[in-house]
Amino acid sequence: MNILTPVMTLAEGLGRQIELFGAVLVRMHHVPARARLIAEHVYQSAFKTAHVVLVVGLFIGMIVALQTGIELARIGQQDQIGTIVALSMAREMGPFITATILAATAGSSMAAEIGTMSVSDELAALEVLSVDRVKLLVLPRVVALAIAAPLLTVLCDTIGIVGGGFVAQSQLNVSYQLYMDSAIEALRDPGRIFPLPKDVYGGLLKAFVFGIIIALIGCTAGLRAQGGALGVGNATRSAVRDSIIAIIITNYFITWALYQS
Amino acid sequence: MTPAAESVISLRDVVKSFGRQRVLDGLSLDVPRGKCLAIMGPSGTGKSVILRHVIGLMRADSGVVAVEGRDIAKLSRQELSELRKRMGFLFQEAALINWLSVGDNVALPLRENTTLKESEIKERVQAKLELVRIPDTWEKMPAQISGGMKKRVGLARALITDPEIVLYDEPNAGLDPEISQSINDLLRELHEGLRVTALLVEHRVRCIRTVADEVLFLEKGRVLIQLPPREFFASDNPRLVQFLGTDPD
Repeated sequence: MNILTPVMTLAEGLGRQIELFGAVLVRMHHVPARARLIAEHVYQSAFKTAHVVLVVGLFIGMIVALQTGIELARIGQQDQIGTIVALSMAREMGPFITATILAATAGSSMAAEIGTMSVSDELAALEVLSVDRVKLLVLPRVVALAIAAPLLTVLCDTIGIVGGGFVAQSQLNVSYQLYMDSAIEALRDPGRIFPLPKDVYGGLLKAFVFGIIIALIGCTAGLRAQGGALGVGNATRSAVRDSIIAIIITNYFITWALYQS
Repeated sequence: MTPAAESVISLRDVVKSFGRQRVLDGLSLDVPRGKCLAIMGPSGTGKSVILRHVIGLMRADSGVVAVEGRDIAKLSRQELSELRKRMGFLFQEAALINWLSVGDNVALPLRENTTLKESEIKERVQAKLELVRIPDTWEKMPAQISGGMKKRVGLARALITDPEIVLYDEPNAGLDPEISQSINDLLRELHEGLRVTALLVEHRVRCIRTVADEVLFLEKGRVLIQLPPREFFASDNPRLVQFLGTDPD
């Protein structure tokens, strides 16, 4: 295998996703006509995943509170737990954990659904019928995840902060009221772009971008699936793997853009 | 060579290979307007590949595939899409969209490509479902219906835009003799009534006898013999006799 092969494969995949994103953008005026399909996909990806986000978000908040609280208690600064948990959840953990869950659930499901259509001639049927598959299959999924990811991130942030409060009160002797006051105070720092707390909209912006990335990667993998059940399996696996890698890389650049200056 | 002007579907010296395997090897055929040409041949000889070339799902390595005198390979995406709106395609497994109901599957091309009112679309879809004799299936999902019904839904969807050209990929595959015969009768009625031009890939002798105007036997990517059904099945060509000796009918 040529040493450049992985680089070429990566560039090829990225090119396809950018091409698909462009195709989605030029069809954005069809969003109102696709409202019912978008609502169905939001329901599938957000509401059916909410319980997972709640459980994971709760325990992530508790872990962050416990890990940082133990260290802060050694220097008598445990009243700062609320600040650290709130900022961790809003800036990083909330959007990242939510995106990872969505990649494993909604993203893999998109790759499998569209992949199955591909290997069972349904995509060929759409082409033969002159039906625009980007408009029918990709646009609703991308818009749905762009909506669902921020919604679930708000849920994840909230439950994570609440979970951190339980740990602070029960194991670190920090009153729940003090914990919540410091958490809310930490999130009040206003941004320069929007009249909203910067850490909140920064996290939601990440979630919005992650949602689009997950849907694009899932749809691209599904559209290219071939070779029966094995092809669908490969598409699903590559969708989850590529989504998580793309989320981490994009996360760095958005964080850099938001907090570097 | 330019495509024959009187032919609606015309293939000239078409070559198609998959890897090292040459599936079509200089194939030429013509389907005149209003006629149904059936293609028979052993499995893996490229019968379905021919249909996929005609509808533009595949491109030939060399040669010309023309519909209505227009070379498919030279059409823009938009032109190909417009041409396809005048064609219907019945897939071997029907290829129904599994998350749409029967009615929505049939209505799909009208909803996506026309500005017809919903009431008019429903009227047209219901008429086609009645034509293929499954009038009460609108709300059913593809997973809830039998293979024979799926074929009928696929046929209704292929015919919903009243195409001038229809391509059938083994309409009898996987069906019992009774349902097969009802599908064959239906195809014959459609051809007699609507006078569409058709290309039919089929193994079943009974289907070909009922529907086709001419039969072509494909061997090693080329046409071995092409005759009207009565003469075709009476032929003493040794290869044909050998093949038809294993006739599933």
